[in-house]
Amino acid sequence: MFELINVKYQDIVDIPNLYINEGLIVLFGASGSGKTTVLRMLNKMISPTQGRILFNGQDIKQIPSVAHRRNIMMLSQNPTMFKGSIRDNLTIAFTFQKKAIPDDEELHNVLAKVQLNKDLNMPVNQLSGGEKQRLALARVFLLDPSVYLLDEPSSALDDDAEDTIINMVSEHIKRTKKSAIMVTHSKSVAEKYADEIIEMTKGKILNRRLRNEWNH
Amino acid sequence: MNGIINLTIGQLLLAYVFVLIVLGITRIREIGREKEIVVSSLRMTIQLVLTGYVLVYVFKNPSPWITAAIILLMECFAIYTILKRFAGKLTKNLKITIGLSMIVGTLACLFYFLFIVVGISPWYNPQYFIPIAGMLIGNSMTGISLGVKSLIEGMATQKNLVEEALILGATPQAATKSIVNSAFDAAIMPTINSMLGMGIVFLPGMMTGQILSGTSPATAVNYQIAIMLGILGAVALTVILMLQLGYRNFFNEEDQLI
Repeated sequence: MFELINVKYQDIVDIPNLYINEGLIVLFGASGSGKTTVLRMLNKMISPTQGRILFNGQDIKQIPSVAHRRNIMMLSQNPTMFKGSIRDNLTIAFTFQKKAIPDDEELHNVLAKVQLNKDLNMPVNQLSGGEKQRLALARVFLLDPSVYLLDEPSSALDDDAEDTIINMVSEHIKRTKKSAIMVTHSKSVAEKYADEIIEMTKGKILNRRLRNEWNH
Repeated sequence: MNGIINLTIGQLLLAYVFVLIVLGITRIREIGREKEIVVSSLRMTIQLVLTGYVLVYVFKNPSPWITAAIILLMECFAIYTILKRFAGKLTKNLKITIGLSMIVGTLACLFYFLFIVVGISPWYNPQYFIPIAGMLIGNSMTGISLGVKSLIEGMATQKNLVEEALILGATPQAATKSIVNSAFDAAIMPTINSMLGMGIVFLPGMMTGQILSGTSPATAVNYQIAIMLGILGAVALTVILMLQLGYRNFFNEEDQLI
């Protein structure tokens, strides 16, 4: 899927060579290890200061950024909510992308998926941090990109809720045959759901393990 | 009815009593603005007297070159004033954008106003060219200043919303739409407000000047209506040009926020 060749970002990330497979890939490591920077480079929110990133063999520099971001959709760790209701926040990206806005049934379905059972007209400033994170996840699911880049999608949730949400992400990806690269610093989440774990430390790749290497 | 009363130097000096009153008030209240009041009154006087001499000369010796040179000088001074106000806050490209928008926007409206609406002859007639250019350029300068301020502040305070919009697949144009629209609104509101109050709350300066100098109120009113619409057009055109080109300066060629 993604191939990083001699990629550097300032002195934050230094990856001589890395191939990221399809499936549910977990980027694991302590905070400050460069995981978020890697995700942001993968969807062209920033560009590497050195080196190349290929997506399915094509240098992403050659792909128009906006089209690339619609295809490789990122969910940031602290997603920003737009002023307005839950409905406004679910549909705003469709306005940005000039796509037909989904009907209420579809919006209700995606909210049920992330277990956020709220009225579509509820103002987002009445939601808790965890609820906002679920809403942001729902917003990304609704857009149905080919690759999800999820930056700690459960950081504002308690352990039980985290497990439910990541389980749902994992099932969604398997069912729709999509891929996801997920950043987490929870080892249990990583080992329970990942097809492959890429461990980072201080901007470098420490090791990578496939599921059968820890799941005997 | 008497004819026009020409003001003598003595009568003009009597008007400076207002400056003395203001100086007195600021001295007694210890506001400490005496220097600014004196400097601004003197500068106003000297600038207008010099302008008077220049205009007398230019009107007596009309030439397309002199008219063009004066318009150019006005444009340069207006652009310089805007850039100075935002010193250290503008990138090189944004400065170029501001200059281009001022020149293209004001000249387009000025030419339309003089050649199509008024139909002046000869085409470079300084008696029309210079005062009308002054009004269009001056108001556009204020409009652009307000627009630039609102754009810079909007991009700073709403950076996270712009970033989130980009993440959700927005083009830079879509991501900054609300900031650009608010900036346009901020820039054009003073012109709209002044049109709302015009004739009721106050009589505009140009019309007052014309009436005092003997023009019939009907002619003065017609000119005032036309010039207000010209100002509205010039402010709107310069500001929208600046914003349409200006928002791009906050992004690089890869559509990333700088």
